[in-house]
Amino acid sequence: MLDAKIPAGALDDKWTDYKGHCKLVNPANKRKLEVIVIGTGLAGASAAASLGEMGYKVKAFCFQDSPRRAHSIAAQGGINAAKNYQNDGDSVFRLFYDTIKGGDYRSRESNVHRLAEVSANIIDQCVAQGVPFAREYGGLLSNRSFGGTQVQRTFYAAGQTGQQLLIGAYQALERQVALGNVKMYSRHEMLEIVKIDGKAVGIIARDLITGKLERHFGHATLLCSGGYGNVFYLSTNAMGSNVTAAWKAHKKGAAFANPCYTQIHPTCIPVSGDHQSKLTLMSESLRNDGRIWVPKQKGDSRKPNEIPEEERDYYLERRYPAFGNLVPRDVASRAAKERCDEGYGVGSSKQAVYLDFSEAIIRYGKIEAGKEGNDHASQEDLIKLGKDVVKEKYGNLFDMYAKITGEDPYEVPMRIYPAVHYTMGGLWVDYELQTNVPGLYALGEANFSDHGANRLGASALMQGLADGYFVLPYTVGNYLADEIYNKAVATSHAAFEEAEKEVSDRINRLMNIKGKQTVESFHKRLGKIMWNKCGMARNAQGLQEAITEIQALKKEFWSDVKIPGSIDEMNPELDKANRVADFIELGELMCKDALNRNESCGGHFREEYQTPDGEALRDDANYMYVAAWEYAGESNWNLIKEPLVYDVIKPTQRNYK
Amino acid sequence: MTWKQVFTSSIGKKLVMAITGISLILFLVVHVGLNACIWANDGGEMFNRAANFMGSNVVPRILEVGLFGGIFLHIIQGYMLTVQNRSKRSIGYAVDYGNRGSKWYSRSMAILGTLLLLFFIMHWKQFWIPSRFTGVDEVQLSNGKSVHNLYALMRDTFQNLWVVILYVIGCISLGYHLAHGFQSAFRTIGVHNNRYNKMISAVGYGFAVIVPLAFAMMPVSFYLGWVN
Amino acid sequence: MNLNLKVWRQKNTATKGGFKLYRVENISSEMSFLEMFDVLNEQLIHEGEDPITFDHDCREGICGACSMYIDGKPHGPWQANTTCQLHMRAFKDGDTIVVEPWRANAFPVIKDLMVDRTAFDRIIQAGGYISVNTGNAVDGNALPIPKDDADASFAAAMCIGCGACVAACKNSSAMLFLSAKVSHLALLPQGNPERKSRVVNMLAQMDKEGFGACTNTGACEATCPKEISLTNIARLNQEYLVASLTDNK
Repeated sequence: MLDAKIPAGALDDKWTDYKGHCKLVNPANKRKLEVIVIGTGLAGASAAASLGEMGYKVKAFCFQDSPRRAHSIAAQGGINAAKNYQNDGDSVFRLFYDTIKGGDYRSRESNVHRLAEVSANIIDQCVAQGVPFAREYGGLLSNRSFGGTQVQRTFYAAGQTGQQLLIGAYQALERQVALGNVKMYSRHEMLEIVKIDGKAVGIIARDLITGKLERHFGHATLLCSGGYGNVFYLSTNAMGSNVTAAWKAHKKGAAFANPCYTQIHPTCIPVSGDHQSKLTLMSESLRNDGRIWVPKQKGDSRKPNEIPEEERDYYLERRYPAFGNLVPRDVASRAAKERCDEGYGVGSSKQAVYLDFSEAIIRYGKIEAGKEGNDHASQEDLIKLGKDVVKEKYGNLFDMYAKITGEDPYEVPMRIYPAVHYTMGGLWVDYELQTNVPGLYALGEANFSDHGANRLGASALMQGLADGYFVLPYTVGNYLADEIYNKAVATSHAAFEEAEKEVSDRINRLMNIKGKQTVESFHKRLGKIMWNKCGMARNAQGLQEAITEIQALKKEFWSDVKIPGSIDEMNPELDKANRVADFIELGELMCKDALNRNESCGGHFREEYQTPDGEALRDDANYMYVAAWEYAGESNWNLIKEPLVYDVIKPTQRNYK
Repeated sequence: MTWKQVFTSSIGKKLVMAITGISLILFLVVHVGLNACIWANDGGEMFNRAANFMGSNVVPRILEVGLFGGIFLHIIQGYMLTVQNRSKRSIGYAVDYGNRGSKWYSRSMAILGTLLLLFFIMHWKQFWIPSRFTGVDEVQLSNGKSVHNLYALMRDTFQNLWVVILYVIGCISLGYHLAHGFQSAFRTIGVHNNRYNKMISAVGYGFAVIVPLAFAMMPVSFYLGWVN
Repeated sequence: MNLNLKVWRQKNTATKGGFKLYRVENISSEMSFLEMFDVLNEQLIHEGEDPITFDHDCREGICGACSMYIDGKPHGPWQANTTCQLHMRAFKDGDTIVVEPWRANAFPVIKDLMVDRTAFDRIIQAGGYISVNTGNAVDGNALPIPKDDADASFAAAMCIGCGACVAACKNSSAMLFLSAKVSHLALLPQGNPERKSRVVNMLAQMDKEGFGACTNTGACEATCPKEISLTNIARLNQEYLVASLTDNK
């Protein structure tokens, strides 16, 4: 049984009450308490900085050469906050409601409400740190709208919001490093959790430059290691993004919740060939102005600009008139897949749809011409004026698209296709963000808590920073208050000894396989299985096949992988092998979870469970729970169900029509 | 922060270059203006009178000390910066970076400066040392005052084609040195307003062409007998 | 297309490195430069040779990890671009491409094409932040900031910390990086309280790390993948001048 420790009381008061009653650690004691933070993205950097400011002794780890490179940096579109600066009816409740509904009623009300409550503080904190958000001419903050909502609550910094927020958190982190409150370990990878008497007391990390294993003690350990989208090989994640830290925790007893909930982002640049190493996202904000369409005629091979207006099918606007091109990501992705599967896809691979800005260009052109009092502007002038506006709004994204595809999106519609982007599942955590292993916490994308079965755009940044700045600094104190009686454990303790041996045995085993196939080739094969059978649409038969295939792949991996080089040097192939080995195991669990969940919800779409018009069909009677999986030996997991109780919101079928 | 810290920091060192550079630019204005008197075509009367004023009045003499201080500071600091900057990359590239974004002369300030230094040594030996120390033939001005006949010295010196060629090369080096130095100096003292930067770079290029051209025309004028 | 690659190989910081020649075949023009390296590395692993180590992560031009000096240009021939976004369209069949690591003593080579850029982190530690603890902030709209200032600040804040400016600079100066951070914070009113100490301390750290001094040649600006303007360096100079002239100690 897992206890989510949700405070009693009215939803609105839970967090306030919790903060008013949780235990505190006095400043003198904070100096004696050590906290380990794994990962320095938005969640990790903000948590490490905040804890450092509070006076804890923090050790932060990242595998990149600098904390500033964590993959939060690549988030483009924006960050939500219930500020209601636009006077369009936004409120904490609405943000809460939209998030629950967007997540297809598979998230915890209490956590999501807290997220909505602290969202406004995040913007204030970031502005104070010097994050240069977009502003209006009056000097006040600007907002834009995002998928799945009808208000403008998204704050942004051009198409680089994640970068700016991360740099804000990174600066705060570096300030604490300079003050001596945080010790930074870059190019380090966490490879094991150390436990004593059931509590997490530290980690084993590998210095990626020297290959040496290190032992680090911590009264608490925070996993802020991001999501596991790279299990699909091709995703919008960074090449180094991995599940290893979370997976080690899982194998040491932390339950893994809802692993099958993966978000497929609708607007990515399509795959161009077999060589492809990663997919690039085109921000969801583009759907504000771009219209998505395919030809009405199957297999139409005309150039997009030669297809007349009446022969275009703006299928999102057709199917979802209320939200149009701004339906949530899962809905938009599935709709694109549906069109392509039916044979309406475009481009050489036929696995793409158009995202067209020509109408927006004319529309903006008319506005600009109107400002100049020019009511008789020629079509060329309108296009020119409109292009300037579009360039100002999305210039960097258009440039990126042009670089990758060699096409000019100002002239020809973009080709886009869905790609794996975010994983809603992750380590199970309670209201305090603590896993079921005491002393072990999970923040940001690494946990499962806030997005249910589908995440709304611009909410990942919000969640990462909410966890790191405003939630964990309170909740971890509640645990650490009792830890003041416990002295730091010497890293010569048998538990550290044993954990280090486990890690070094595994590394030695990997290096000694000396097989024939490269790590990359295994990863690619795993990705293909996952994408084909546990991707945008799943079915029982496919998932069963996938489980068998993955088990076979695992065997093959452990008997035939080839890792060059040696252990005691910089060896990226070995690092990758460590990660791929964990991805393979995770892949199996994802399929198992997807197979267990006999319903469709959010990012999890089981072909057997859909409405007559192809929408996801939930089964609230049987599956209104969090599926938390406990590791029980090789290819074996126990399912623990955490029922989801909706006190305030009444779950209905999501309707974006 | 002590003054020492200021002027030994990397920006402080550049500041020294910029401030001395700007004072040398100001000196060039005076120098070129004064020398332009040769084109009055009055047998050197006006030029010699002006030169005498500069040589005998106490204010220019004091400024001259400052000028030499500035020149030597500029030279020494310039060489030191070059050596220090080079030492920051012990292993060089196999393929040179090339011209993208930067002009060859902006990367060759030390070489151009060295050419200028060699030129100055010749120039001082020919004009400044005789007029200060070893003596120059006197000539009587129309007001009866007897002064150094620097005009004649110029006329005689510039009868030699090689000297003229060396002077022209020196002036070309000066032109390129100024083409980068002028605007770089203003950037270094912190002018970052785009409007003024545009003006400064236009004035800088103009200055880098006009002043060295005027200087170069002096030996040429004598050699070709345009003045007498 | 088929290509010849001349790549810098170096086992670790302590050992001496040298160039090695490789050949890759059937490279598609749609590949990115790093994907071409992936192909080469797979080939090397199969041949029993150590694959080439290089930094890379997001592969979409924003994390700043990738760093290769390609045919005499940091991040290769395209402007306003990172190595990961360089595509093979930029080359033609039969080309020989020379790939070197960033060269600067402040960026020691870790292995092959991977260099240590932690000096940048230490420069930020010296003052590249606004001292505001979590929870100290006032309302985001309490302090209106002119749009032009916010935009200029953003333009400087776009720096991805890749180090291409240092690699391109004949003086190995990190002045464009430093000026981007100083400008980002100096242009915002929130940055005002620490404005003077920030520029002084960050510059001192830059000097200490062993970067050279700026001579305004402009190579950095032309190489910067995010097109950070040289104007920022002039602004930095002014910030420094004001800070040192008005220092009261």
